[in-house]
Amino acid sequence: MPYEPILLARINKPNSGKLEGYRADGGYATFERALKELQPAQVTTQVKDSGLRGRGGAGFPTGLKWTFLPQNHPGPIYLCVNADESEPCTYNNRILMEKDPHQVIEGIMLSCYAIKSKCAYFYVRYEYGDSFRSMQSAVDELYAAKLLGKNILGSGFDLDIVVHRGAGAYICGEETGLIESLEGKRAWPRIKPPFPAVEGAFRKPTIVNNVETMACVTQIMKRGNEWFKSLGVPPDPKNPRDAGSYGPKLYTLAGHVEKPICVELPMGVTIRELVEKHGGGVWKGRKAKAVNPGGLSMGFVDVNAPLKGEDGKTEYDIPLDFNGPGRVQCLGLGTAAVTVIDDQTSMVDVLHNVCQFFSHESCGQCTPCREGTGWMLKIVDRLRRGQGRKEDLDILVDVADRIGIMPGTTICGLSDGAGWPVKTAIRKFRAEFEAAIKSGAKSQYARSLEVVGAH
Amino acid sequence: MAALTEDMKNRIRAFLPKYPRKQAATLPALHLVHDELRTVSNEAIVEIAEILELHPSEVQDTMTFYAFYKGEGEKNGKTRLWVCRGLACMLRGAYELIEHCEHKLGVKCGQTTTDGTITLEFAECIGACDGAPACLKEDVHVMNVTPERADALITELKLK
Repeated sequence: MPYEPILLARINKPNSGKLEGYRADGGYATFERALKELQPAQVTTQVKDSGLRGRGGAGFPTGLKWTFLPQNHPGPIYLCVNADESEPCTYNNRILMEKDPHQVIEGIMLSCYAIKSKCAYFYVRYEYGDSFRSMQSAVDELYAAKLLGKNILGSGFDLDIVVHRGAGAYICGEETGLIESLEGKRAWPRIKPPFPAVEGAFRKPTIVNNVETMACVTQIMKRGNEWFKSLGVPPDPKNPRDAGSYGPKLYTLAGHVEKPICVELPMGVTIRELVEKHGGGVWKGRKAKAVNPGGLSMGFVDVNAPLKGEDGKTEYDIPLDFNGPGRVQCLGLGTAAVTVIDDQTSMVDVLHNVCQFFSHESCGQCTPCREGTGWMLKIVDRLRRGQGRKEDLDILVDVADRIGIMPGTTICGLSDGAGWPVKTAIRKFRAEFEAAIKSGAKSQYARSLEVVGAH
Repeated sequence: MAALTEDMKNRIRAFLPKYPRKQAATLPALHLVHDELRTVSNEAIVEIAEILELHPSEVQDTMTFYAFYKGEGEKNGKTRLWVCRGLACMLRGAYELIEHCEHKLGVKCGQTTTDGTITLEFAECIGACDGAPACLKEDVHVMNVTPERADALITELKLK
């Protein structure tokens, strides 16, 4: 039986973005029922018990995050929805916003009811013009229908949603960078603690959640926890700290696949199945060499590297749940955006592209990140020009190991994400890099773009 | 002469009730001015700051963080055309596309054509990877841009 999509169930319907269409499919009935029958704490408990983990990249349990808000706070409490989806090769949130904005908004309304917030800021990246317009018109429809504003449906619950546009900076996807940007400042991430749940936007308790997480909240409150937990992967009994990987997930495919599409599947599909079955295989009849399993920050999978202890399987067969990519030294599931790199592509060029991105997007606040990403780019650029030195590879790994919140040298995780693809590419494809240094071959792209300074 | 019209100032004032602090209207105000005037001049910064009850340097400080905005002495053409160079697009020909557009328009990324119609830019991943290589026409995605489609797009924008 093929899986029947839930989060994407409405996207191909005509009028999928309109209130009328959403209502016809039973939309906002869940919110209305929650207003009438449930206490806010019951909504929080249900989301917590569902096992939902944030879809933005870090996979933090959503309901648990909500419980970090101070008890009996006089308010205001804010919800910030992170729609700054800027992780390279990721576009699942865009599909939800453009095609089914009301499903996302119902989740926002339920979440605000649960955390007793009267105001949600929806921070959408500037490059998503169509998403901005579909979200804004959905919000306008709701005000006109009196489903937003004061005393919604006579319940005494007030809620405003403000759609706020970013200005093309990757760092605004970091939750405290987002908050600073929302406040009208440079998007420099804040030192934590205090975490946003204690002191966030406008110095008030704030929850920051991802767009897909909001859509999941809608479906959890509509269909119940049994449904949610019937999908995905339960916690590893041998690991008491594993929270499991329940529910459906939107996977996006990009790069060298026949069909670059967004598909919804229960959490835990393998990269091989995703690419071969849902993406139509690698393009032009070629073979895959490397895969980026969840946005550039997660690093690379070597398609041909055998998986230890599993006969005949390779890194291509790891499941895309919250634990899978970590088993092969990737940073994590990330955004579950899968990018395929075929066997005709130079990893030196790929790594140059990656370093170019992080160097451009480092916000410049912490020296190790600002300088580290810049120097990694310069070194990879040297490799690309055929002027690589023997020691360059070790220097790259050394720099990558020293920048980030894990080694404790930066405020936010951007440079962990900048280091990970460098480390994994060089460790897993070292022979290719060494051969490139030895041959002194120049990349076909070596002159096409100049090295550009920091963001 | 004022940089902003009274109408623009009123539309900026209309942002204020949405936020608990006036400073939060900085990005919306900058977008409004930048979209219409194709730049945010120093004078415009002063006038925005007046409405938001900030020092102009605070608005300037925020604005210069976002390389997105063109400031004093720079100006976007009628249409800003971004070519994505993210990994997904690069794997499907983005670098070739950027070079193609640069040749076709006779400008480098970041520059405006002499007739003032198009400002060419490169963009980091614009999230249109299902249509790679992709472009951004102002804030609208254009998917699957072959060199031929780029030529057609450029012709269309030149006539606009």
